[in-house]
Amino acid sequence: MVSRLKSKWPYAVMAALLLLLILLPFDWFPGQYTTLMIFIGVSTMVTVGLCLLMGYTGQVSLGQAAFYGCGAYISGVLSTYHSVNPWLAMLIAAAVTGLFAYIIGYPIFRLRGNYLALATLAIGVIVWIIFSREGPGGPDGFSGIPFLSIGGFAFDTSFKRYFLVWAFCLATLFISQNIVRSRTGRALRAIHGSEAAAESIGINVAQFKVKIFVLSAVYASLAGSLFAHHLRHISPQSFDAIASVKLVVMAVIGGLASVWGAIFGAGTTRWLSDEILVSYPQLAGWDIPIYGLVLVLVMIFMPQGLFVALKSGFEWLRYNWRELPSITRDIYERRILRLRSGRVEP
Amino acid sequence: MSADQFLQYLISGLSQGSVYALVGLGFTIIYAVTRIINFAQGEFVMLGGMLSFTLAVSAGLPVAVAAILSIIITAITGAIMYLLAIRTARKASVISLIIITIGAAIFIRGIAGTKVMWGVDAVRPLPFTGDESLRLWGAYIHPQVLWVIGTAVLVTILLHLFLTRTMVGKALKACAINPQAAGLVGVNIKTMALIAFILAAALGGISGVVMAPWTMMSYHAGFIIGLKGFVAASIGGFKSPIATVIGGIIIGVVENLVVGINYGPFTSEYMDVWGLVVLLAILLIRSGRLAAEEA
Repeated sequence: MVSRLKSKWPYAVMAALLLLLILLPFDWFPGQYTTLMIFIGVSTMVTVGLCLLMGYTGQVSLGQAAFYGCGAYISGVLSTYHSVNPWLAMLIAAAVTGLFAYIIGYPIFRLRGNYLALATLAIGVIVWIIFSREGPGGPDGFSGIPFLSIGGFAFDTSFKRYFLVWAFCLATLFISQNIVRSRTGRALRAIHGSEAAAESIGINVAQFKVKIFVLSAVYASLAGSLFAHHLRHISPQSFDAIASVKLVVMAVIGGLASVWGAIFGAGTTRWLSDEILVSYPQLAGWDIPIYGLVLVLVMIFMPQGLFVALKSGFEWLRYNWRELPSITRDIYERRILRLRSGRVEP
Repeated sequence: MSADQFLQYLISGLSQGSVYALVGLGFTIIYAVTRIINFAQGEFVMLGGMLSFTLAVSAGLPVAVAAILSIIITAITGAIMYLLAIRTARKASVISLIIITIGAAIFIRGIAGTKVMWGVDAVRPLPFTGDESLRLWGAYIHPQVLWVIGTAVLVTILLHLFLTRTMVGKALKACAINPQAAGLVGVNIKTMALIAFILAAALGGISGVVMAPWTMMSYHAGFIIGLKGFVAASIGGFKSPIATVIGGIIIGVVENLVVGINYGPFTSEYMDVWGLVVLLAILLIRSGRLAAEEA
């Protein structure tokens, strides 16, 4: 009975989450979070890709904002200046960005660790400079990007776009969840463990790395397009190196190797930047040092990420709460014994 | 481009290149001893420049005192960063260490950008010897440019002497070649790592102090200088100090000559792109060896 109940737990949590997501944007819901939630949804999509890449496969990308920007810029430029249907523009953007990631993927993933980080950082900055020089409006960006629409139904209010973005976001999460639990997911974790070992049991390491890199780029591109068609104004500022670092922060808070943690990571980070700092103007600029501090602290004390650490802490409590008094007593007695025997803690 | 202009661009290139060289040396020292790429290296340059502004202009200290104090404070920041963020996570994976140094970088940059510190405006510390340009053949040279080049030459020579003639310097080199063996002969590896961070931060601080009166300084300037330092260090393979210095100077000169050509894709707007393309090219050409190193 207990085990059956336990196996249904995730579904209950998911159903509750879904219900909350549906209720959030309505007027009568206390505190309306439509706009903030749209940004959280968009960021979650990018973060999931980064989690697959960093958490599961163990490869760093410090240029993820470049793909996010490619999605936004290609989709925005095509639909605004060449009157391409926004959906088609979004599709083209995803295809082009995926192809770009594929082409740079093979040479880049011959690098590892530090050097991979440097190379992805360099690519991110190059793409960002190209946006600010060649993109319409230069460093100021451009506006007038059309809304997405189906037939006569335009996604012209935040309320409508909320559901659009979250439909995309949940689809992304669902696909990623399935990938993680599939043969591919196990291959990725094997690569993270040891590339040599993975290679020796017949996993094509280079191919898997590039595949997941392309997937993360496509996620980021779709998110970027949604972002462009939501805000209707984009500027290169949203896609610079700091944006890439913010995405890493989201992934790190979300627990690098956790698909659902991405919502948590994107949520807390976005909430801090967009809600708290906007409500308290005297705190302007403080989000950046806070992110820095969070990165350092989480990596030192819980390298598997904040969300995963919280989750395992919670699970430990759930299984051990009955024994909690005896555990505390144990720890206390052990300390007394150690003190009495005069042994110094090593 | 006339001969006068060429000279003009060459000298600014040499000066900018010496800054990249010093930053690149900082990367190389830390990487050689600890196998960590310190993404916060550029922030040390920013700190040096900003501190020298505060101490000399706002606090009214003499320029020389302000310069030395700024360098010392920057070096202390490097030590604190190592002790608090790196040493506590010594067994961390490469990814964790990368994220930690990035975290430290945006922490320093972020704090510098808040209103409590310097805010978002660029500042210009006092030049060491006035603002009157010298005339050399057809070129106008700001005296600070000469200070930058002179300091870089002096620091490089001192660093070379330190690494080859002193016991600590030799111990650092031993750590870079083989940490285990160095440990066996009684070199304290942790102390060496601390010294590497202090040295690198001081190098950054020095370049910030000398370049700030010439180029101005703002809280976000560290990032792009750091990137150029990466390019210099990658030319040296993150190993050879001499190649790093030469690499840094080449990048500075080429960048400025590109600005001088100002044609097609070779314009000031794309200056940074070319540096990064060089970085990527070097990384990819050497990828086989680099991958073996990181494994």
